[in-house]
Order: sequence, then C-alpha cells, then structure tokens
Amino acid sequence: MRYAMAVDTKKCVGCSDCVVACQTENNVPIGFCRDWVVEVIDGTYPQLEVELRSERCNHCENAPCVRCCPTGASHIVEGGIVMVKPNKCIGCGACIASCPYDARYPHPKGYVDKCTFCFHRVKQGMKPACVAVCPTKCMYFGDLDDPNSDLSVMLKRRKHKTLIPEAGTLPQLYFLI
Amino acid sequence: MSWGAWTLLVITVSAFIWCALHIREFFPNWDWKYKWLKDLEIFFNRYKKQLAWVMLIFAIITGVYTGILLSAFNARPLWNTSVLGPLFLASGLSAGAAAIVLSSKDKKERILFTKIDLVILATELFLIVHMFMGFMASTQVQIEAAQLFLGGPYTMAFWIFVVMLGIIIPGVLDLMELRGKHIPAALPGILVLMGSFFFRFIFVFAGQVSRWLY
Repeated sequence: MRYAMAVDTKKCVGCSDCVVACQTENNVPIGFCRDWVVEVIDGTYPQLEVELRSERCNHCENAPCVRCCPTGASHIVEGGIVMVKPNKCIGCGACIASCPYDARYPHPKGYVDKCTFCFHRVKQGMKPACVAVCPTKCMYFGDLDDPNSDLSVMLKRRKHKTLIPEAGTLPQLYFLI
Repeated sequence: MSWGAWTLLVITVSAFIWCALHIREFFPNWDWKYKWLKDLEIFFNRYKKQLAWVMLIFAIITGVYTGILLSAFNARPLWNTSVLGPLFLASGLSAGAAAIVLSSKDKKERILFTKIDLVILATELFLIVHMFMGFMASTQVQIEAAQLFLGGPYTMAFWIFVVMLGIIIPGVLDLMELRGKHIPAALPGILVLMGSFFFRFIFVFAGQVSRWLY
C-alpha cells in the first residue's frame, strides 16, 4: 500500500475548487490552507507558457518533517501518509522550517497542521476532498502498489515530474506534464 | 530528533544538581533548611564522580545536538551541512571555556582555560572557512545560501560580530595575555560569549531565508 497523487498540469484550470473543498472538509481556520494552486509563467509575450499546479504535502517517502520532529508528533501511517498528532505536537515549528515545499502551517490552537490526503475519507474508500470536487477531473489519487489503479495507469501513460527531487525527500505528489 | 529533547532533560537536571553541590563556593553561608535537601546533597556528593562523567558525555551530545538538528533540515541549504554539528560544538565549548575564565578565581585555572579557549577558537575559525569552502563547491542552492554571508544581507553582522569580535579579537587578546601583556581580564571572555550568542542568532535567522529553488 502506497498512497500517492498525480495532478495533470495540462487539465488544471487553476479554479482553486480543491482549496475551498479542503478548507471546508477539514475545517481549516480562516487565512490558512492545506493545499494551494501555483501558476508558473515562463517566456515573454506573446510566447508564454503557463503551468498550473495544485500543490499540497508531498507525503515524502524520506520525510524531513518526521525526522526533525522532537516529540514524535509527526509520523507516517499506513500507506505512507504523513500525519501530525495534535496532542503530542508542541508547536515548535521545526517541521515547518524543514519542509522544502512549505506544506505545513501553525494552527491557531497551538499545533502544526497539514494535508492528510483526507485519511478519514480514504479509510472509508472515498477519494480526498480535493480530488472528489475537481471540476476538470485533473487529479488522480490511488495506490502505487496496485498496477491497475487510475494513478498507476496515468503515471505509466504520461510523462511526469515531482517537485525538487534533488532535495532527497522522495516526494509522492506527481505532476503530469 | 527526539533524542536531543531527552538529552536536554538529562543535562538540565544534572547541571542544576551540579550547581547546587557547588553553591557554597559563591554563598559560603548557604543553608538547605530542609532535612531531605541535606540528605540529597550528601547522596549526590557521594556519586559526584559518576555525575561528572554523565554530565561530560551529555554536555558533548547537547553541544552537537543543535547543529545536527539544524543540519537535518532538508529544506534549508544553509543548515543542511554536516560541518554544522562540530561548529556548534566548538562554539559552545569556547563559550564554556570563556565562562570559566570569567568566573574563576584561581589564576592557574584561568591561564589553562585561556589556552584551551585559544585552541577551540582556532578550530572554530577553521570550521567556518571549511564550511564556506564546502558551500561554494556545491550546488546552486548551497552557493546562494553562502552568498547570504558573502555579500548578502547577513555579511556585516556575521563577519564583524561573529568572526572579528567573537573569534579573532578575543583570540589575539588571549595571546597577548599569555605573552604577559596587561589587558582587561574580562574582555576576551565577554567577547567570546557575545560571539557565540551572535553566531547562533545569525545562523538560525539566515538559515530560514535560504531555500530550495523551484
């Protein structure tokens, strides 16, 4: 079991529905977000190239946030999902500084919060809120160990990349390009 | 990195016990008042040697820990170097030696620790140069992290407060003192303590500015 996600940068229109869905589903406090949309523009007018990426925690295989956590609040659960135990977290912020993707934020209640791949939904066989709500169906969530899952098929069929693999974190959020 | 938190737990308690055992050096008329505190003092006095060994080992781990914790941060190229652990240890040891020089009343002890401080300061300077050499020979993100100190916003703070006032000038003053020149006794100690403080302060701040590019 290895959960992962792929985002099709060619299909994404940058509507930020995933952001709103996540904030609603996970009761994210106002002013914070667990996922966000990045718009990268290359070139000069009229030769422009735009890449839209819906980014979130990469649920790294070699997660620096888990390694740096002084209390063991950051941990990896089944399927490789990186989670935070709010009652063990002291809010020191070591994980926030250690994440190359800026995927974590300090929750006003005093602990660090982040994307959980909607573990509570995934356990019940549903898809994460951001994937379920996407109007262009540009996100694929599934099990990398299952060769027939949507995700594995897409990754076999399409060219893809991960963000800064050179940081050595083995990220599991793929971008189809 | 929870081992560092456990180390801090051990070293804090044992350091307080150690201070309590030596409190009469500073307050000769100190009285513990309660019987169980006096019993505790007798108990720890019996095992003072063992306590000293525990403190020696855990003090080294504590000194290295900060550096290793920061060097485990993948996202911050400035911290993500293995030299940081020994560098923090050297900076901590020189601060410790300086504190002993400042507080000691024994002339012989002061001279011994001035010599020790001199060696550690030289090591620290070597490690800083070594670290920047490593950065400049590495990837673009590391080069940009080093640029924060080589022309970037932290250049002046680092080279003046840490390297000049914190390492080179106290080193020269220590040398002059050992050669028999008369200098204000407290000056090198205070400078080294300030230098160690600024080193940590500047490094923790600058590290958060350095980042991966994507």
